[in-house]
Amino acid sequence: MENIYLTIALAPLLGAIIAGFFGGMLGRKATHTITILGVLVSTVLALYVFNHHVLEKGEIFNQNLYTWMQIGSLNISVGFLIDNLTSVMLVVVSFVSLMVHIYTIGYMDDDDGYTKFFSYISLFTFSMFMLVMSNNFMQLFFGWEAVGLVSYLLIGFWHHKESAVEANLKAFLVNRVGDFGFLLGIGLVLAFSGSLDYAEVFSSLDNTTNQQLWGLDLITVICLLLFVGAMGKSAQVPLHVWLPGSMEGPTPISALIHAATMVTAGIFMVSRMSPMFELSDVALTVVMVIGAITALFMGLLGIVQNDIKKVVAYSTLSQLGYMTVALGVSAYSVAIFHLMTHAFFKALLFLGAGSVIVAMHHEQDIRKMGGLRKKMPITYWTALVGTLALIGFPGFAGFYSKDMIIEAVHFSSLPYAEWVYYAVVAGVFITAFYSFRMFFLVFHGKSRVDHHTEEHLHESAPSITFPLIALAIPSAVIGYFTIDPMLFNGWLDNAITIDAEKHVSMTELSNIFHGAAAMIPHAVQTLPFWMMVGGIATAWVFSLYRTQWADWVQNKFHRTNYALESLYGFDRFNEIVFVGGIKKLGNLLWKVSDMGIIDKIAVNGSARLVGFIGSVVRPIQTGYVYHYAFFMIFSLLIILTWVLFAGDNPLLQIEF
Amino acid sequence: MELLSLLIWLPILGGALVILIGNNRADTARWASVAISIVVFVVSLSLYTEFDSSTHLMQFEEKVSWISQFNINYHIGIDGISMPLIILTTFSTILVIIAGWEVITRRTAHYMAAFLIMEGLIIGVFSSLDAILFYAFWEASLIPMLLIIGIWGGDNRVYAAIKFFLYTFLGSVMLLVSLIYMYNKGGSFGILDMHNLNLTLAEQSYIFWAFFVAFAVKVPMFPVHTWLPDAHVQAPTGGSVILAAIMLKMGGYGFFRFSLPITPDASLEFSDVVIALSLIAIVYIGFVALVQRDMKKLIAYSSISHMGFVTLGVFALFSILTMGADGSLVSLNGGSIDGALLGLEGAMVQMISHGFISAAMFLVVGVLYDRLHSREISTYGGVINSMPKFTGFAVLFAMANAGLPGTSGFVGEFMVILGAVQANIWYAVLAATTLIVGAAYTLWMVKRVFWGSITNDAVKTLKDINGREFLILAILAAAVLIVGLYPQPIIEVMHSSIEHLLNQALTSKL
Repeated sequence: MENIYLTIALAPLLGAIIAGFFGGMLGRKATHTITILGVLVSTVLALYVFNHHVLEKGEIFNQNLYTWMQIGSLNISVGFLIDNLTSVMLVVVSFVSLMVHIYTIGYMDDDDGYTKFFSYISLFTFSMFMLVMSNNFMQLFFGWEAVGLVSYLLIGFWHHKESAVEANLKAFLVNRVGDFGFLLGIGLVLAFSGSLDYAEVFSSLDNTTNQQLWGLDLITVICLLLFVGAMGKSAQVPLHVWLPGSMEGPTPISALIHAATMVTAGIFMVSRMSPMFELSDVALTVVMVIGAITALFMGLLGIVQNDIKKVVAYSTLSQLGYMTVALGVSAYSVAIFHLMTHAFFKALLFLGAGSVIVAMHHEQDIRKMGGLRKKMPITYWTALVGTLALIGFPGFAGFYSKDMIIEAVHFSSLPYAEWVYYAVVAGVFITAFYSFRMFFLVFHGKSRVDHHTEEHLHESAPSITFPLIALAIPSAVIGYFTIDPMLFNGWLDNAITIDAEKHVSMTELSNIFHGAAAMIPHAVQTLPFWMMVGGIATAWVFSLYRTQWADWVQNKFHRTNYALESLYGFDRFNEIVFVGGIKKLGNLLWKVSDMGIIDKIAVNGSARLVGFIGSVVRPIQTGYVYHYAFFMIFSLLIILTWVLFAGDNPLLQIEF
Repeated sequence: MELLSLLIWLPILGGALVILIGNNRADTARWASVAISIVVFVVSLSLYTEFDSSTHLMQFEEKVSWISQFNINYHIGIDGISMPLIILTTFSTILVIIAGWEVITRRTAHYMAAFLIMEGLIIGVFSSLDAILFYAFWEASLIPMLLIIGIWGGDNRVYAAIKFFLYTFLGSVMLLVSLIYMYNKGGSFGILDMHNLNLTLAEQSYIFWAFFVAFAVKVPMFPVHTWLPDAHVQAPTGGSVILAAIMLKMGGYGFFRFSLPITPDASLEFSDVVIALSLIAIVYIGFVALVQRDMKKLIAYSSISHMGFVTLGVFALFSILTMGADGSLVSLNGGSIDGALLGLEGAMVQMISHGFISAAMFLVVGVLYDRLHSREISTYGGVINSMPKFTGFAVLFAMANAGLPGTSGFVGEFMVILGAVQANIWYAVLAATTLIVGAAYTLWMVKRVFWGSITNDAVKTLKDINGREFLILAILAAAVLIVGLYPQPIIEVMHSSIEHLLNQALTSKL
């Protein structure tokens, strides 16, 4: 099996290397064929691995490939841990990546950086595989930062755009803030366990009992620091600010990296670390609350966005918040379940948005669209599937995962769980509202498309519509088929640890679960369903039925509207306090301390002092040899006298 | 001649030969220089292949009496600490000679010869086992660098050269005094004898600070770092490369070879001060780097900040371990021997990695400077449009400078931070800020120089790197990636020596 795992990771890497170095030579067709083939190999093998581990319940594979370094008794290796969690992630990542690769053929058709783009997305796929297959913290961190690197390169792919290269710098640095915490967390893990290997770390968790740091339990501090890393990568408030900016990148990578895979790395990581998080209710509570804040408040921002990609981006933030909430209430498998369904339907929505953008000649403002339903039937129907899945319409994939999250919060006994429950239920209304607002504005109603574009408006090429269809299918049905095995029949059991006595959510969920089919009729009797219907209705009223009402509401609640449109002021705050403050501090240190105190006063000052002494002594340097000779002889006499008669051990003792 | 002597004298004699070839036959001088440097490098590789990494004892040892009245010997030998630094030296010298190929048109032969001679002298520094021999090489290696800055430097080269010389000379005078003191006490200039010389705490303290001044200036540590930005800005590209890649390492090496084993108790006593200065270097200098407008200055400050990890990694061990009454190592704050080793070996890896990355960064600036004769960030913008290949390299090295995993820049920082956690979590917190600040100053520069659209017409006319430049950058890129993906070979060779050093550092002389 080892070779299979290795091939899964290396096939896309090989594709990336070939495309990167020889893409220009090989031409477009050969390049995309090679990279797609690489990812296809990974996808097929990932399915095989999934079958082997999950369906046939194969043994967990945990082996090192090579020793990265050996320091005393500490071994840090590159190695693979393949259990059911990894297997699920492999399938999700490889499948979405494959779809995005195919989609790129159509989407990047007229771009000069065609081959480079393929190289990057294959490199990303490799990095993501290394992240999810890792069996230790070092490699996890490697994958973690490597996906960050590719994200950086891809957000700034159109490097001539100032906004794109602003956004990629911001994305990298905000992620680094998260990594700052993450790395310290890893350092503390090593300190208590003496290892970076997951299995060894988890088996030495007893070492942390009764240990304190910064007034908290050591394990709480560690979990919180690791979670800071997750907050960066999975864009949780207040480290979410980079994700909307990342929309500057080409749409395929928004789908692959900034919706389906990379941004869920934080969710994956916390699930992987479940044995540690289970030991700290404080950390879990923080995780849950941060998740709820993100789910609710980022969703609200989706309502006021008019850029088609920004709407989907804020929706992604909000959904990541839902996953984080699930982690907080110890429903790790539900979080992974939502991660999976979200990967499909959010990739679908992004790719659908991309299809619209291409048709609209790169116009992204939804106020300038409308009535696209007729012109783009495949895009329309697949987008509808994606939207219904996103808002949790009964039967669709997102329905199962989101409903389970809401129920899991309901059963949680953590402090503030009730408030979080209200937040996630309210989130359902908001999600339905902004999703259908966008859907109606783009596809329904009268066309607001400008005349020139209108003439050329047509359905996208097959390379674009095929991935849409291929993603629409799981977006519709995957929840129905996988909820039972994934949550209640042990698909993820060998990777996730839950302290069932303290954290009862999963147990309670399985008590009330009576099959996927039974959930649909039951849903109609629940609050979230009616919140969703309310959301759709509100969207219909404001965007189709009485559009002027929307303006009225905006004017009436202009303060709220201002808060939303200024994105709660996060960007402005960061710009002034962090960017501005740090530049000021840097200048102060440089000019005052470095050039002023050290250089001017200390260094040049002492140079001047030497100069001053020199100017005093200079008259002695008369240039006459006999003056020098006199001084030499005179000095010699003094020294000799000292050596002979005085000092500690005079050579000649004189008796007086 | 034995292998190690060959490595010292071959480049020096080769340099003399190149001077004889003369500036008029520049091409012959170039080819002769590159041939000599390659031969030296290949010879130095046999230090690695024939190295016995199971022992901390000195290898390839040679000892000939030099000045017998004072028991001064031509005594050389290497262990796992000096060997990697010697190979780094021979490696870097090839690069600077190729880098100066068609760029240096004035006194070409002298330029090449200066680097070859300096190479031999620096190898001498790293392999000396006699303190006077060490001192002689240490001082002598200043001269070629002084000349390189003074002759081939920028407009303000004389100020920079003198500042460089005075700073480092001041440090080394103190070093000489303390070496003579120990000779008077122990009757030997042998460095290994000094390791075993019993010294009181007071004596150790004086000697420690004398050493400290000498080595801290070279590293350079805050607050004696201000010569470095000036020296770098004025030095020609090759000078900057050797200065950053190797000469700074002489300071770090001094802490390993002299301070810890000769004055262990004083090192313990003052370790907090050194750590504080290291952390100031990492954090404070990071902020200073952020606001630089001159690319070379920015990289110079970044160097200081990165070298802070070296001194932090070395001195953190005193907060991790102590020697128990029975001679076994005892943990202080729940840290482990592994933690202390991570610090020390991390410091070594950081030195080597910094050798590659800073060299690469200065070469990158050199490539731009050769074309537009400006080091100002604001001159550039959108360089990727005219130099895509070059930008690929530049971004890779920038990422390495920002400590991206998979590059060598990550390895040392990662190790030192993991070690520092076990010394004091706050050390780690402050050191880890480099993750943010280091990325900020490096990538912000990348953004302003390489990304964006072209605003300056001159940038439009830039030609992408030629074969020679490609070769140098590709070699460095390979080195950065290999060390990043597989650092074990480097760690393996140093391990026995570092373990021995750890014991020496924790064994009290009182």
